[in-house]
Amino acid sequence: MKELVVKGGTVVDATGSRRADVLIRNGAVAGVGEGLDGKHVLDASGCIVAPGLVDLHAHLRQPGREEAETVETAARAAALGGYTAVVAMPNTDPPIDSAAVVREVLDLGTGAACDVRVAGAITVGRRGDQLAPMAEMAAMGVRLFTDDGSGVQDARLMRRALEYASALGVTLAQHCEDEALAAGGHMHEGEWSSRLGIPGIPAAAEEVMVARDIALARLTGAPVHFLHLSTAGAVELVRLAKAAGVPVTAEAAPHHFTLTHAEVASYDPVFKVSPPLRTEADVAAVKAGLADGTLDAVATDHAPHPQEDKEEPFDQAPPGMLGLETALPLALTELDLPVERVVALLSWQPARIAALDGEHGGPVVEGRPANLCVFDPAEAWVVEPERLASRSRNTPYAGRKLTGRVRHTILRGEPVVVDGEAQR
Amino acid sequence: MKHLLSVEDLGADGIEEVMRLTDSFVEVSGRAIPKVPTLRGRTVVSLFYEESTRTRLSFETAAKRLSADTMNFSIATSSVKKGESLRDTVQTIDAMGVDAIIVRHASAGVPWQVASWVDASVINAGDGWHEHPTQALLDCYTIRERVSSLAGLRIAIVGDVKHSRVARSDVLAFTALGADVTLVAPPTLLPPSLAGWPVEVSHDVDDVLPKADVVYLLRMQRERQTEALLPSLREYTARFGLTRERARLLADDALVMHPGPMNRGVEIAAEVADLPRSVITRQVANGVAVRMAVLFLLLGAGRR
Repeated sequence: MKELVVKGGTVVDATGSRRADVLIRNGAVAGVGEGLDGKHVLDASGCIVAPGLVDLHAHLRQPGREEAETVETAARAAALGGYTAVVAMPNTDPPIDSAAVVREVLDLGTGAACDVRVAGAITVGRRGDQLAPMAEMAAMGVRLFTDDGSGVQDARLMRRALEYASALGVTLAQHCEDEALAAGGHMHEGEWSSRLGIPGIPAAAEEVMVARDIALARLTGAPVHFLHLSTAGAVELVRLAKAAGVPVTAEAAPHHFTLTHAEVASYDPVFKVSPPLRTEADVAAVKAGLADGTLDAVATDHAPHPQEDKEEPFDQAPPGMLGLETALPLALTELDLPVERVVALLSWQPARIAALDGEHGGPVVEGRPANLCVFDPAEAWVVEPERLASRSRNTPYAGRKLTGRVRHTILRGEPVVVDGEAQR
Repeated sequence: MKHLLSVEDLGADGIEEVMRLTDSFVEVSGRAIPKVPTLRGRTVVSLFYEESTRTRLSFETAAKRLSADTMNFSIATSSVKKGESLRDTVQTIDAMGVDAIIVRHASAGVPWQVASWVDASVINAGDGWHEHPTQALLDCYTIRERVSSLAGLRIAIVGDVKHSRVARSDVLAFTALGADVTLVAPPTLLPPSLAGWPVEVSHDVDDVLPKADVVYLLRMQRERQTEALLPSLREYTARFGLTRERARLLADDALVMHPGPMNRGVEIAAEVADLPRSVITRQVANGVAVRMAVLFLLLGAGRR
């Protein structure tokens, strides 16, 4: 579409908010102001017009687990959730630990409903014993590296990885979980695990690795990004580290500020996730961390699994939940933050961490790439798993009423979602 | 009531009802031909994903004494070996038109999942570390045989509470009937949180035994040594085992209980297990009548 105008909305970006129409021409913003007209019109009345959302943390499952999700279906789900870019986690099969697999996933993302970027593995095979060819992957545009799914257990290896990465201008991201402390656990260790007889994972399993990596970031001067923080102790450690000037950033997933370990009482593995759902105090701490800037981003940890895997006994089912289509409304509904702050946490702040801010999350001004998310912050809807675009159905929010819904998503000037319907 | 998944499904009133029904089935079990036609035409399947001798046999005996048809699902010769999922397995069994499925599984919560997929009644015969409600019921019944009421009774549960489904169900049942329960174990063998558990905790068995009306010993598994939960079984026995010397601390009329199978010489000395105050074989005997009561409650008189 060569010319398009988004009419009647309120533009919200890092510079503030104002009532304005947005004129888009040849994939870029061509004008922002009142009373603009264009060949095609998208109605944005009552809506927020924001930079496209950026997900730092999505499991697209391709290559290897195409029955759970593909790049194409995940990108469609992302676009419906307001995202114009997602970062694909490397725990695929084979893992994204070489230029060849990076290329494969980037190629799969060509023409998808949102931009697909890739996080590379820190270690070969995500096995935690040998550095993956980070420079080779960085040369292909990879800016985040992580062994997500597990953390790098060996402190010396993590130190070397940080030192090596510091010359490449990339960021290492950690799934903080000490495997010795977490071993055998399937939910948060506490009141509910004790009652339900399910082996627990203590909050300390996360916190010892956060503390260790803060020390390593200080030692090496290299930045560390903490994935999906879930405990009050971890949030506090990051708060102190930031105050001390240590180069760390952190994200939280929507389920960690909306659900608690009490959900596991149903024994439904749809509530199994890594890190696990924690206590009400942890939920409050994650919310407080998002409110005061300790946590920089909301990231989905979108983790599709086929139904048969989520019908295993709780302690045998794989961890993970869908997230792309529900993250924005959950953040709008549950965080008690002004809409500008919510969009910051989902758009430009994660865009900076992923080094995608040249294209995504930038201010809505003339000349910038037209990657936009248009959502109605007041529209209520009910989550129906069978209506989600993901190939899997494992949302923990089935039947939940949410407020806030994406109306249009625009990727480089092309409407990929119109009136809540995917166009690709 | 359709299923018996947790002791909480019964509450104090439900437990009392099971006790009353058990009285009549104890009488049946004492007859020359211990069989009644109550569940004739009904089919009961035992689906045991974990090894068990006493619980499986006890349920089968109970079902047969009620004249139900019984089927025994053995994992070793089933499609589970061919990779059939839990859901497909139980729905296949359910499709045959069974009335009750008795489930034992090493994973906590499986009976809840099964109950959500089938039309039949589901009875939890032990799920992981979580619950074993019929064990708790037969424990309550066995205590009541000797002391008529659990209200105000002081019961010490000694041993590996953390990994024990028996302990979890017993705590729910004993406290529902008004007993004062003390858990006695090293901190490594207690659940990580006891928030909401109406119990006392002690790490000193010698302090607890003289005050106890009932001492309930849990099975100590050998692998606990290798998980850094205990220095050794020897040290466990020295500090927590009901040795002959320690048994002398008990009041004359205090009862000794154990869910079996026992590790004689570890959590309980052989001589103590065989003392008259030990009601361990009564527990086994009462198990059949209690399970008859449970099957009757779920499948009998007017159900379906």
